[in-house]
Amino acid sequence: MNRTITIEGVTRIEGHARITIQLDETGKVADAQFHVTQFRGFEKFVEGRPLTEMPAIMARICGICPVSHLMASSKACDDLLAVEIPPNAARLRRIMNLAQLVQSHALSFFHLSSPDLIFGMDGDPAKRNIFGLIQDHPDFARDGIMLRKFGQDIIGLLGGKKIHPAWTVPGGVSAPLTREHRDQIASMIPDALARALRATEYFQRVRDCYPAEVDAFANFPTMFVGLVSADRLLEHYDGSLLFSDEHGAPVAELREPRGYASLIGEAVEKHSFLKSPYFRPKGYPHGIYRVGPLARLVLAEGCGTPLADRELDVFRQRLGRAPQSSFHYHWARLIEIIYGIEMIQRLLEHPDILSEHVRSRARPNRLEGVGISEAPRGTLIHHYRIDENGLMRWANLIIATGNNNLAMNRGVLQVARRFVDGNRLQEGMLNRVEAVIRCFDPCLSCSTHALGQMPLRIELLTAQGEVCDALQRQD
Amino acid sequence: MITQVASSVESLTLRINGKDVSCRAGDTILQAVRDNDMELPTLCWLEGLTVWGGCRLCMVEIAGSPKLHAACATACQEGMEVQTDSDRLHRYRRMIVELLLAERNHICSVCVSNGHCELQSLAQKLGIDHVRFAYRNPQLEVDNSHDRMRLDHNRCILCTRCVRVCAEVEGARTKDVKGRGVLAAIIHDLDQPWGESETCTSCGKCVNVCPTGALTHRGVAVGEMTKKLAFLPYLTLMREANP
Repeated sequence: MNRTITIEGVTRIEGHARITIQLDETGKVADAQFHVTQFRGFEKFVEGRPLTEMPAIMARICGICPVSHLMASSKACDDLLAVEIPPNAARLRRIMNLAQLVQSHALSFFHLSSPDLIFGMDGDPAKRNIFGLIQDHPDFARDGIMLRKFGQDIIGLLGGKKIHPAWTVPGGVSAPLTREHRDQIASMIPDALARALRATEYFQRVRDCYPAEVDAFANFPTMFVGLVSADRLLEHYDGSLLFSDEHGAPVAELREPRGYASLIGEAVEKHSFLKSPYFRPKGYPHGIYRVGPLARLVLAEGCGTPLADRELDVFRQRLGRAPQSSFHYHWARLIEIIYGIEMIQRLLEHPDILSEHVRSRARPNRLEGVGISEAPRGTLIHHYRIDENGLMRWANLIIATGNNNLAMNRGVLQVARRFVDGNRLQEGMLNRVEAVIRCFDPCLSCSTHALGQMPLRIELLTAQGEVCDALQRQD
Repeated sequence: MITQVASSVESLTLRINGKDVSCRAGDTILQAVRDNDMELPTLCWLEGLTVWGGCRLCMVEIAGSPKLHAACATACQEGMEVQTDSDRLHRYRRMIVELLLAERNHICSVCVSNGHCELQSLAQKLGIDHVRFAYRNPQLEVDNSHDRMRLDHNRCILCTRCVRVCAEVEGARTKDVKGRGVLAAIIHDLDQPWGESETCTSCGKCVNVCPTGALTHRGVAVGEMTKKLAFLPYLTLMREANP
């Protein structure tokens, strides 16, 4: 009898999703799918609005990574204005983007994923969350909370508020950095760096405890996509979009963002509201690729900052240049936290960082514009078309999580096949199915985020839809 | 040179919120209230423009009268007893602002006037943290055709300050109101795009008197639009002084 397991409300991810696992007649996994069940509509309801409002409106897509949307949207608007923003505006935007990277990675690693790593995939669900961490590993939990605070505080100091700052505007930023705020940010760096290094050291102790998970967590060859700088170093704000094969060897490079559609296609699947982007020359679904911290570290020759490069060397010695298991996203995330803090310090030390020339003003000079930046979870593309009066006529957004959609679906199937036995349903099996999703740190709605407290019900259904077994996770 | 106001103006005494106050004959209740440092909310009224009496936010209770009166359009009378605040008035004011918010698309968080908006400030002052009425969510245009200014009908509350300042201060009479009820809208000339208006002098007065993000400069991002109202009392004073 064919049966379906539904994980309704995937926990400890940002947003809402459902996983269904189809079993064959012997209780073995036949298929699995990751469904994103939210519909937002941003691309539609911005039509008719002035382009100058776009960064602030698009930032509302997400409460965790609004800065990422601010960056991609502002860059798309810069493209519409056809202006070069002042160099210091670019520096300040970079600082905010890196602060966002640090706080979002801290949230993903410490709050959402580390409970699995520390308490075990089969650990008590009542404890396997941030509150359990605070209770049993208070110093570790504090490091995560303080790293998130570090990033959020910088965003607040630059943009006036920590969530949804409207500070990044078409043509630059709306206000320069003050000396007082620069000194305040600089004073926070040593503590943040110490916490990031301590967490990375701690991770070394647990990373080898999960060989089965390393082996089965979306462990398959795919292409990698991400921004790299002109000198092929780690990059999150600008640069060219590099496409590599599964070994990390470049196969295509996009220097002009407006040409993205020649390399990235978007497929629509009936089972999900999330589109499935793919590398167009390879077609769908063979053009599967991964984005995010792991992809960025595969693509970059190095980080360009000493402590992050040191950790990247260890990473590559252990895993090679292009690790295939998505379990390694966790380690890559920690390396990027170190990089983010070091790079913020470097930018703050720039002699012109207090320059008040932070905005270029222009009218729309182009009717179509594209902005690409790296969100914490991967490449983010905003593509706008406007009319001659500067009103939005069309928008297309390719969100970082969307880029990983094909890989997440395939990863869910791989984990389900490895760990789920329909004849003997256990909570830990299904937690692993969720945990592979957490590796990618998806931001599904970007507006809601659960912390392991969402009620979870898994049902085993007969082909006729009758419930024959169920597991219930309570609030 | 500014001429002195004649000292022989008749004065009146009335009671506002239990306090005896005096004012000049012909003053409105709103003037008397504000001259005595008491608060009374308004949106359509603006010093230097004729009275419109449309927003109904300055409604007050007058002893002996069962109905409410618009303070901006009601002259003070000797011995009048006025109440500017009560549960009933607060209830009505709150309802008026909620209805304004529900009528069009006032999305403060992504509005260019966020933080500098009279409607938003008033809603905050009245403690409006939610709207009890169903939002109409009308599909309204943004007129971005003018070279320097923008009219966003989504944010308009039809206070007509722009219509009055255009006619009474600038003298251009470019702006007007078309339609009735919820279909009413600000227009330029014969309901044509602002950028095609032949009478608009591009003076920008309408932008500065607009209490919300409906009339703004082009090129401003969210939260960046601030209005400069000082020009209006200055112009009024200069015209009174040099007729």
